[in-house]
Amino acid sequence: MTIDFSRQLHYVWALLPEIILCVSGMVILVVGVSGRYRHAHMAAGGSIESKSGDDLGWLALLGLLGAAMANAWLYSVTEVGESSMIAVDRFRLFSNWIFLLAAVLGILISFAYVYRQRLQAGEFYALILFATAGMMFMVGARDLIVVFLGLEVMSIAVYTLTAFNRRDRKSAEGGLKYFLLGAFSTGFLLYGIALVYGATGSTNVAVIGEAISNGEASMGLLSPAVALLTIGFAFKVSAIPFHMWTPDVYEGAPAPVTAWMSAAVKAAAFVAFLRVFMVGFDAIYALWYPILWWLAAITMVGANLIALVQTNIKRMLAYSSIAHTGYLLVAIAAANETAAAGMLFYLLVYTLMNMGAFAIVMSVSHHSEERLYIDDYVGFGWSQPLLGVFLTVFLLSLAGFPGTGGFMGKIYLLLGAAESDLWILSVILVLTTVVSYWYYLRVAWVMWMKDPETEGQHNRIIVPFPMRFALLASVGLILYVGIFPSAALEFARTSIEGLGTFGGGLIGQGP
Amino acid sequence: MINEALVLSSLLFVLGTFGVLVRRNAIIMFLCIELQLNAVNLAFIAFSRLMGIDGQVFVFFVMTVAAAEAAVGLAIIISVFRHYETVNVDNFKLLRW
Repeated sequence: MTIDFSRQLHYVWALLPEIILCVSGMVILVVGVSGRYRHAHMAAGGSIESKSGDDLGWLALLGLLGAAMANAWLYSVTEVGESSMIAVDRFRLFSNWIFLLAAVLGILISFAYVYRQRLQAGEFYALILFATAGMMFMVGARDLIVVFLGLEVMSIAVYTLTAFNRRDRKSAEGGLKYFLLGAFSTGFLLYGIALVYGATGSTNVAVIGEAISNGEASMGLLSPAVALLTIGFAFKVSAIPFHMWTPDVYEGAPAPVTAWMSAAVKAAAFVAFLRVFMVGFDAIYALWYPILWWLAAITMVGANLIALVQTNIKRMLAYSSIAHTGYLLVAIAAANETAAAGMLFYLLVYTLMNMGAFAIVMSVSHHSEERLYIDDYVGFGWSQPLLGVFLTVFLLSLAGFPGTGGFMGKIYLLLGAAESDLWILSVILVLTTVVSYWYYLRVAWVMWMKDPETEGQHNRIIVPFPMRFALLASVGLILYVGIFPSAALEFARTSIEGLGTFGGGLIGQGP
Repeated sequence: MINEALVLSSLLFVLGTFGVLVRRNAIIMFLCIELQLNAVNLAFIAFSRLMGIDGQVFVFFVMTVAAAEAAVGLAIIISVFRHYETVNVDNFKLLRW
């Protein structure tokens, strides 16, 4: 089928995955509050509050399956009519796989938590679907209006999810911080968009790119615009010094939300960042490259050093996720095809390993918000051997140990950096990775090597079936792409083709 | 004409940014963020005198999103107030700001 953007109806086909997600989200919302649903659960046992909500979770998974099928179908369509608002390219479709994977894993690991914490299941799962739809809008955008709309659809849903546990004051406070700083960063992003519009006369990314390379854009407006857009995106990907919200929000948000948003929100922001900067601002690479160089360097060094002293495992993983932002920023600073493919590959692996690690943290904390200190992991490995091995795999992969997906991801980021002659950044990446071994392996050391003072403190850990499935799939995929990376990387490489002409790598060595 | 509008818009934006950084009351901070968004709207309208209709269309999207954000934001502020009986961001001790 060909999608012709001069015909309005064809936008429906181009946006089929998003539309399916939105519709199923609304269906879940309505089912969750409908009288019949509540009545059935009242009859099944006790109050409304005691309903498990599992069936709504499965309904959400069904919606995600539908969106995945639509996404697979979009591979077979061809696009005519160039500068439209929506891109139907492989870059978007690959990113959609990441978001769908993250949402599926996020829902699978949240069943027990939603039940234990007595969260409103209908709203919870519907908001995850809406946020996923927003991410997809963001990465499929060829126009800054759609980038902005997608960003906000995603962000507003995630603010709500962060503050979702109304009985927990940490959750409310994390939500407030995320909301204030997120809205603040949106202001910067929007002002950047306004100035880009003033400089080039368009909000379409491709048209902006042409206007800049033809020299029609006014540089006086463009330089502040690029700076403001960088600030806006840097907030969303939580690069230092715009990371203040990250540890608090990751600690305060309900655990499954943290697991999911630390992977998916970051991936969406990075993919949109990449498209806007590589397609739109390709011709002024020399202008933004030093900013990103410094952002990447400061983020890698700062986050890894702060992570060394954390005692709360959720905060440690938050700083580790900031450190991974630094590694990924290297790919944007490199701005070539290898780096872009490496970034997609890394985001995929990062989603798996980070969500896996958070899932085990959740089960150790008994699907609530207790036992979150690294010292609580003493003896964990020997009393729960399988979970211990899984957590070790996730931690080794986050650290970038050979044989895991995280290692291959870092190798491809380094290859991309080398292609643009970013030698100093590559050295920083390797050195900070070595530093990061300390805090990842410390957890592994505590759980395998340290003798527990009291027996049986890990006996109450339960891993429900959906979470077991999610963990098994994550471990399997991490080891698979770590040992046989070529298939996934080839997939990422073909997804980059046709994105735009990359002029990256014209300087090198440092700003 | 466009220069005056742009100067006013950048002044409003700086004022909003400054307000968010200096004030500690969550509602005032939120008001300052709205000021930033209105500065953006002014810039869009000023530019669209030269560049065509796109900027004015964008303003409608910004206003809609700002309304949605206000709904969610005020709800979050209320839920914080229920726990702390204050909306001053310096008073939150559980998590470091």
